[in-house]
Amino acid sequence: MAVVFQKPHALADIPFHYCPGCTHGIVHRLVAEAIDELGVEGNAVGIASVGCSVFSYNYFNCDMIQAPHGRAQAVATGVKRAHPENIVFTYQGDGDLAAIGTCETVHAATRGENITVIFINNAIYGMTGGQMAPTSLPGQITQTTPYGRDVKTAGYPIRMCEMLSTLDGVALAQRVTVDNVKHVNEAKKAIKKAFQNQIDGLGYSIIEVVSTCPTNWGLSPKAAVEWLENNMLPYYPLGVYKDKTAEGGDK
Amino acid sequence: MANTMNVLLAGFGGQGILFTGKVMVYGALTEGKELSWLPSYGPEMRGGTCNCSVVISDEAIGSPLVTNPDVLVAMNRPSLEKFVGSVVPGGTILVDSSTVDIKVERTDVTVYYVPATSLADKNGLKGLANIILLGKLFKEKQFISRESLDKGLAKCIPAKKAEMLEFNKKALEIGMEQ
Amino acid sequence: MSEKVLMKGNEALGEAAIQAGCRHFFGYPITPQTELSAYLSKKMPKVGGTFLQAESEIAAINMVLGAAGSGVRAMTSSSSPGISLKSEGVSYIAGSDVPAVIINVQRGGPGLGSIQPSQADYWQATKALGHGDFQLFVLAPSTVQEMADFVALAFETAEKYRMPAMILSDGMLGQMMEPVVFPDATEVHEGDKSWAASGHKNQRKHNVVNSLYIEAKDLEQKVVERYQRYELVKANEQRSESYLTEDADIVVVAFGASSRVSRSAVNAARAKGIKAGLFRPITLWPYPVDALEKTIGTAKKYLTVEMNMGQMIEDVRLAVNGRKPVEFFGRTGGIIPTPAEVLAKIEEMAK
Repeated sequence: MAVVFQKPHALADIPFHYCPGCTHGIVHRLVAEAIDELGVEGNAVGIASVGCSVFSYNYFNCDMIQAPHGRAQAVATGVKRAHPENIVFTYQGDGDLAAIGTCETVHAATRGENITVIFINNAIYGMTGGQMAPTSLPGQITQTTPYGRDVKTAGYPIRMCEMLSTLDGVALAQRVTVDNVKHVNEAKKAIKKAFQNQIDGLGYSIIEVVSTCPTNWGLSPKAAVEWLENNMLPYYPLGVYKDKTAEGGDK
Repeated sequence: MANTMNVLLAGFGGQGILFTGKVMVYGALTEGKELSWLPSYGPEMRGGTCNCSVVISDEAIGSPLVTNPDVLVAMNRPSLEKFVGSVVPGGTILVDSSTVDIKVERTDVTVYYVPATSLADKNGLKGLANIILLGKLFKEKQFISRESLDKGLAKCIPAKKAEMLEFNKKALEIGMEQ
Repeated sequence: MSEKVLMKGNEALGEAAIQAGCRHFFGYPITPQTELSAYLSKKMPKVGGTFLQAESEIAAINMVLGAAGSGVRAMTSSSSPGISLKSEGVSYIAGSDVPAVIINVQRGGPGLGSIQPSQADYWQATKALGHGDFQLFVLAPSTVQEMADFVALAFETAEKYRMPAMILSDGMLGQMMEPVVFPDATEVHEGDKSWAASGHKNQRKHNVVNSLYIEAKDLEQKVVERYQRYELVKANEQRSESYLTEDADIVVVAFGASSRVSRSAVNAARAKGIKAGLFRPITLWPYPVDALEKTIGTAKKYLTVEMNMGQMIEDVRLAVNGRKPVEFFGRTGGIIPTPAEVLAKIEEMAK
């Protein structure tokens, strides 16, 4: 019988611990597919960050290092400098990449570290139970903004792709989402390109995936996707913010 | 603790205090002596007071920090005032008398006043008062051979500044004549 | 034998790192260790190595985690305030069983403190450089020669027991020049790296370098295993030097810069007819209790001399265990005690 659907080789054959409706699973699969299609699993080293996705070290079949909170891109820098032939990627959430790890993120980017960064932006801290994230929307209710995020006291959300696109070291900064099949296909293409850029030695590539957190948003999986489309996408427009490849025309 | 010389060189940053110490220890190195060179460090680099501890010995050196020098070389007044009391009885003090306008009141030490900065300026050796004082120190203490001292000097001057070596040698000679 | 050269302690550490086969250095500027970074920034490119000035101490130690976690010899250096920032990364390195070398050229603290030499990070290095149950292998050089000699030893020991190693130096040793001899050809003895995450090359199951164990029993087992290794370190790796201790009534215990001062004071005391000796711990963890024990029969009193308010004295008291009095003399804040001060204390104790 012809196999019409199977797990990518780079994805371990164990069940995810992620909540129903969480998009981590989809993005994990897209990363694994990219690794498979580019044939780089044997050279790949993934950096797991602190947050819900910390257990990604169990889910990917390539070598993995688990980093302290926020430090994934510094750890990735160490691996890449030690083994330039390795394909090094980080998989980080918004708290990790855009709050505690902002410094490491900005400096890995501006150094043009030849690494691939997968950034899950779901506007909330998942692992610790739903606190305000640096990307939580104005007015968004979280455990630590029970009256809604008041920008006067809690500040504004950070748009990382826009910010990083100003840095010379960045080869690719693109925001995607996985709310429907079309967007999943676009996300897949972007993630694969971010890995291809590393193979081609182009420098720092970041793919921000606007994602859901039904559990901590207090919504059903379906309602969470709708909330993402109606609230997150207007604040975090999808698109390519920087692209140094020929295809991008040095955008 | 036979044959140990504890030297404290002190002055303003930029007077070549650390350099003078380096010439001494590089010279001592060629003779296989035990030695240590310890600079004061930090904001002194910006023209404040600067000092350098040099120990040259025939045996393993304990503390490299010279707190009671056998020899004090003072290139400015604050340094002389600060360290004059710490010199061991019977010790030696060299003073650049063109930059220090006070005299040592202690009678239990030997003091040499050398107008090193004026001598340097007069002989077209601006900035080499430190080496003139080193020449005088060498004359009085003979802590290494003349040959080793020259080697130490050569070691401290980069090859691309060869002309500086001659100036330094001249300064050394002037110091030895004092 | 190679020729003697004059080097600052910080530079000797840098040269020794290169000779030990370390090709990856990640640092951040801080006085008084900066010459080490400067030296390696000059030398690393010439040997095909990596010198990277990180955006912070925190980033630097995590770059070490990445590089060492992928199997290469990697090192970082800093001075006291910067070491505090590295403590998070050091804990992860220990918790992930990654060998790496961290250098602390100590200055006065707490806070920004002073930039002058200090030994006030003794507790931090030997008891609590980060959260959780773990230890570092801690070496305390007292000469520029030892600064050079201990780098390879730190790497080898770190790799043998898969733990972080620290060279606990200070601003005096870092800044001073002394003659140093490097061996003609250094043989690099690298430990097993089959656990490292550097790509499985489709030849083995994936390696995971990780410090997270969600099940308490798993973590307990892991930590207990680690402590079994620490027992081996305690049994095999204690190092110390004894100077005139055989017949000493007063045994001075001091490490690093303060041991230099103490040695001068011991010589001066002997010249005055006082039977003083110096016990110098070279490994601060494991503490050289076995060698110290050998002095307990003959010593009448112990004196620890430290550049802090009295930290190592607790380890000496633990080792002496009430059998003899243990007294303390120290200066802190960046002050180096003078031999005369230490001698005065020895004389007072000899009365």
